Amino acid sequence: MTAADQPVPVTVIRPSRGWGGLDFGELWHFRELLYFLTWRDIKVRYKQTLLGAAWAILKPFFSMVIFTIIFGRLAGIPTDGVPPAVFYFTGLLPWVLFQDGITKASSSLVTGRSLVTKVYFPRLVVPLSSILAGLVDFLLASVVLVGMMLFYRVPPSASIWTLPLFLLLVLVTGLGVGLWLSALNVAYRDIGYITPFIVQAWMYASPVAYSATLIPQGWGQLAYGLNPMAGVIQGFRWAVLGVGQPSVGLLGLSTLVAFLVLISGVLYFRRMERTFADIV
Amino acid sequence: MSDYAISVRDLGKQYRIGGRPSGYRTLRDALAGGLRRLGRRVEDDRQNMIWALRDVTFDVRQGGVLGIIGKNGAGKSTLLKILARVTEPSTGEAHIAGRVGSLLEVGTGFHPELTGRENIYLNGAILGMKRAEIDTKFEEIVAFAEVERFIDTPIKHYSSGMNLRLAFSVAAHLEPEILVVDEVLAVGDAEFQRKCLGKMNDVAREGRTVLFVSHDMSAILRLTEEAIVLQNGRIALRAPSEEAVDFYMTSGMSEVGEHLWDRNAPGVSAAAPFRPLALRVLNPEGKPADRVLASDDFKIEFEYELDEPVKGLRIGIYLYTSRGEPVFTSFDTDDPQAYAQHEVRAAGRFRSRCQIPALFLNEGRFVLGVNASTFKIRSYFTDEHALSFSVDGTGAPGSQWAERRRGPLRPQLAWSIAEAVP
Repeated sequence: MTAADQPVPVTVIRPSRGWGGLDFGELWHFRELLYFLTWRDIKVRYKQTLLGAAWAILKPFFSMVIFTIIFGRLAGIPTDGVPPAVFYFTGLLPWVLFQDGITKASSSLVTGRSLVTKVYFPRLVVPLSSILAGLVDFLLASVVLVGMMLFYRVPPSASIWTLPLFLLLVLVTGLGVGLWLSALNVAYRDIGYITPFIVQAWMYASPVAYSATLIPQGWGQLAYGLNPMAGVIQGFRWAVLGVGQPSVGLLGLSTLVAFLVLISGVLYFRRMERTFADIV
Repeated sequence: MSDYAISVRDLGKQYRIGGRPSGYRTLRDALAGGLRRLGRRVEDDRQNMIWALRDVTFDVRQGGVLGIIGKNGAGKSTLLKILARVTEPSTGEAHIAGRVGSLLEVGTGFHPELTGRENIYLNGAILGMKRAEIDTKFEEIVAFAEVERFIDTPIKHYSSGMNLRLAFSVAAHLEPEILVVDEVLAVGDAEFQRKCLGKMNDVAREGRTVLFVSHDMSAILRLTEEAIVLQNGRIALRAPSEEAVDFYMTSGMSEVGEHLWDRNAPGVSAAAPFRPLALRVLNPEGKPADRVLASDDFKIEFEYELDEPVKGLRIGIYLYTSRGEPVFTSFDTDDPQAYAQHEVRAAGRFRSRCQIPALFLNEGRFVLGVNASTFKIRSYFTDEHALSFSVDGTGAPGSQWAERRRGPLRPQLAWSIAEAVP
């Protein structure tokens, strides 16, 4: 098979202008690259650590212990009638997925500089793989959650079938925020320093260590829903444990904001993409 | 259009310079820059833009092998990056027929914690190979890289040579319609370099198109038939490779036997406390000359200034043929006695001068480079092609026969001729 036997596709290279949308065809073409980058992130994540993949479980577990002591025992914040350990751990699962995802994604283009400056591929693949790689940790920690629910005899709720939707929402939000941060980080390394603070503040602004039902109804709930993770985490917990059902307003608003973040993130990313190789 | 694998029209790329050399900005810079721009308006910005590439137009036909030569910063890498779609052009357009495999830097995406096997798949995917494609070529890749025994070892335990061989091997099996090669041959041992050159030859013979960038003029001459010379982002010449190499090696050099550096010349400010002043070829009368006789002694003189005392400094000259083949390298402190005597050079102005003996060089055009360095500590200044000069063969050994002799040297050797007694 030589080049002359078949017509070869002609690529036209020229300066691009304006805002670009998402080229799904091209993303699909590079799906194997996405697979391999995600697979690499998963493989190397716990290399040269003593405990290896156990960290996927230990991270949310330690946070859960701390929450149980501080918020449960000392502050006595109610946990919707669920054992505090189960309550916190359930909230931590989507949160850690989100937090790890955006942290890794925000630095992904900078650490992947050698890729970005040398080879062509849709840059979106890089932060996307950072987000997806967190799913393995999430699955491992889910097994622990099942164990905890058995131990504390907490039955799964009837609404468990909605769980995939909330998981999808976590990924949508994570990808949206991850795209913003990664593209900004290429031009402004300040993002690397800001991200930990964003993550910290965001966690307290989300119903991880408390229930969204503590937020007053009406305008309070509505303002709260502007944080996409508020509806997502509350909904996630409701899907698993059946407690603290989020109001339609909260959920709807969070979902809307989540998709707005994703769409604006894609647009901004695509806009900045063409300069990544020059300034990273 | 269809005859051409690559068709480039008026391609240009503009970069912003100044500010941070590292290229990225902090928010503070952006904010401060925004404020400054309010005060000083836009023309200030335009001064900070440079054209790394300008009005570049050329075609490469299907199966052609084109060399690209030029000094550092002439725009070679920018051109390749645009063609590999890593960066976008600012103006113009390029039509590329087929998949571009770029060896801009081999081993892109290699992860030290992954095994050789895993890295082959990862790197293959990054370069645009399908998994099935890698499967079928896997054995070949491993064999070419000669890493069979270590294929399931994390590559952080590989030697740098093994690493490089593996990386090149993956890239070499990519089989794109167009292969872009940039300086990969500068590394690796001689044996592997030979193998790589062979592989590239195969690629070209299979009718695929190759763009080859190198500082190694002999590799350019061996592998390409045609080359373009880039100067300051523009195509200065497109010609058969020999002509292009000749042009590249001697262009831009004055023909008065003297090269002067001013403070703004490239590399000069970074060389401090060393400052190059002049490089001269001196004829027997002690005057700068573009042309010297092979039958005369002549001198090469490098004048420079030190702002502060420098310890262990050595001044070197490189002599090349106009084809870029090195002839020799010599340092002013090669003699241990000279080194001991000049171990520390005080601040001030110096001249390092050497004598090239008569009856030594062949006729032809030569290129002189200079270097100032301390061994394994710091290289202050290098200019590989600072000055060119001609050697006139009149009076050289054997000049009674008017014919061109091979090789850059034409030494007078002590021959003896005697009848061999059986």
